[in-house]
Amino acid sequence: MAKMNLLQAINSALDLAMAKHDNVYSFGEDTGGFGGVFRATSGLTEKYGKHRNFNTPLVEQGIIGFANGLASQGSFAIAEIQFGDYIFPAFDQIVNETAKFRYRSGNEFNVGGLTIRTPYGGGIAGGHYHSQSPEAYFAHTPGIKIVTPRNPYEAKGLLLSAIFDKNPVLFMEPKRLYRASTGEVPEEEYTIPLGKADVVKEGTDITVLGWGAQMEMTEKAVEKAEEDGVSCEVIDLRTISPWDVETVTQSVLKTGRLVISQEAPITGGFASEIAATVQDKCFLYLESPIARVCGIDVPYPLCHEKEYMADHLKIYEAIKRSMNY
Amino acid sequence: MAKDKKHNTEIVTKPKWFDKDSVTIPMLQILKEDGSFHKDADMPEYDKELIVKIHDTMQFIRILDERMIAAQRQGRISFYLASRGEEAESVASAAALDAGDMIMGQYREQGALAYRGFTVEQFMNQLFSNEKDLGKGRQMPVHYGCADLNFMTISSPLGTQIPQATGYAFGQKMDKTEKCTICYFGEGAASEGDFHAALNMASVYKVPVIFFCRNNGYAISTPAQGEQYAGDGIAPRGIGYGMKTIRIDGNDVFAVLKATQEARRLAVEENEPVLIEAMSYRMSGHSTSDDPTGYRTRDEEADWQAKDPLERLQKWMMNEGWLDKDHVEEHHAEVKAKVLAALKESEKVPVPHIDELINDVYDEPTDMLKEQLDELKEHIRKYPDAYSKTSGRLD
Repeated sequence: MAKMNLLQAINSALDLAMAKHDNVYSFGEDTGGFGGVFRATSGLTEKYGKHRNFNTPLVEQGIIGFANGLASQGSFAIAEIQFGDYIFPAFDQIVNETAKFRYRSGNEFNVGGLTIRTPYGGGIAGGHYHSQSPEAYFAHTPGIKIVTPRNPYEAKGLLLSAIFDKNPVLFMEPKRLYRASTGEVPEEEYTIPLGKADVVKEGTDITVLGWGAQMEMTEKAVEKAEEDGVSCEVIDLRTISPWDVETVTQSVLKTGRLVISQEAPITGGFASEIAATVQDKCFLYLESPIARVCGIDVPYPLCHEKEYMADHLKIYEAIKRSMNY
Repeated sequence: MAKDKKHNTEIVTKPKWFDKDSVTIPMLQILKEDGSFHKDADMPEYDKELIVKIHDTMQFIRILDERMIAAQRQGRISFYLASRGEEAESVASAAALDAGDMIMGQYREQGALAYRGFTVEQFMNQLFSNEKDLGKGRQMPVHYGCADLNFMTISSPLGTQIPQATGYAFGQKMDKTEKCTICYFGEGAASEGDFHAALNMASVYKVPVIFFCRNNGYAISTPAQGEQYAGDGIAPRGIGYGMKTIRIDGNDVFAVLKATQEARRLAVEENEPVLIEAMSYRMSGHSTSDDPTGYRTRDEEADWQAKDPLERLQKWMMNEGWLDKDHVEEHHAEVKAKVLAALKESEKVPVPHIDELINDVYDEPTDMLKEQLDELKEHIRKYPDAYSKTSGRLD
């Protein structure tokens, strides 16, 4: 075990994956010798050469198109999009190509070797274009998995699973926690299964669900609620698509209450999808309406960032409202 | 030689390959690095007043940049992007335009905005995201915009403004405005699909647009030559799209002025879109978030320091008797004092009222947004200390 921050854990996963197979490639804007703007790929060029970890020209649609082609050829392509906010020029390649490659060809071809890494989320004074959480756009598209870790241990295990999963994966990295989140991480290879949520803490009164950076907010809110005597069950969804319906519904059947928190704006967000499924499967067991604590339906603002965020106080208030319903 | 009339192309009977050396594009330079003119150069239209204004604007921007980088290091603003080394490009090109021409920038064209008359207070209000900021504090520092000065608000995603410039210029042409649009972008952004769409459409529609590429050698850490592109820079792409194209020394005020004056004439009088590739060097980091020592050498920076556009212009102006050391020093002191005073003043101005959070998403806030705002205010009232920037005035 070694103490790592989230970036170091990601770097370690990339390092191990590249050491394991010669046909694992890592690339993106500034990801070569410089190691990426957040330094997630630092040291990889020195170790594996500039043909395996390299800079791309500044063109996101090109990066993902190239990655689709490379993955369809049988290699493992790990493409970095510098910020989640800049993934949209590649939307066509992801939605119409990546996600449909296997299905449209009747499994003659696939891009299962593709992993798209991208930092996402706010709380870093990044304004409109360095703060967004675009998971819901992609969750609406069958054929691509979406994964996001909450801490360094999870990041390494989930990323290694994502890289070698037989399906293309969008791996969203909570950049607010890149250096802020640290923990003990095994130095060797290990994996955490995709599609399986993690019950972070067991409880009996209410289920509190989130993913990625929002888990930090959730855990702070739960701490406060527990001081009030509320027993909270905390779940990290880990994989947004395909999501672990079983773990979430089993928990809600037990607690009868659910608070879901996401960073992205509330309308059309993935929290809504979960709420719809849970009310369908747990309707008669619900003690209160399912609460969503999310961003407001405005572009991510700079000067009102603190007010905008679905922070621990808002989650705490939602837990209280649900308990007192 | 036979000719295929349908495709207007000559027929050859042996393979004839073309490569990047088939077309060699020279670089226009009028003012040499030593501060003297090339003897036979075609000169732009200029007079003392114009050159002094260009100089003073370049000096202002350099001082503003220096001071705001320091302010970022002190934690007073969150972020900054300097244009050091590229002031001639933005300032002298803006000087070649009409005040009614539209400017669409990337994010390193504060010089053009200053030339148009954006005040030091306006710069500061944006940088501090306060309630006097025209953009209502919503965007990161340096994302300026001003409708009165025909300067389109900056957007961080790269290259998005390039096809927008084509569309804007199409409207200018159809409305018979006799104005044009200038669109600035870096050589990195020219890799985006938007760049190619923009140039192609501008050529097809023949619109009055000037594409001004600031080739400053780096896209964050990625060097232009060999990693951003393998060809001869950006200029040959203009020819590929059937567009008038020129390459210029971006550190030479007179070359920038000359090329942009001619480009404007072509754009406005003949509806010819134009591509200008200005060769320069980003003397600062990409932004305050990166350290160039991680990807380039001090020697390389020193080579470019010797080509500095402001010092080069000052040498010429002093020889000409249009500038003396006293003016440089006095102007420097005056600007610095103004910048510091504005900085201190803007810092004290509060952030916009929380009601501004939901304005401008649409022309009118929706009922759902109003409800979300009411809930937010109720929450802030419960925890005023946690939201101290806005909790003091919720009504």
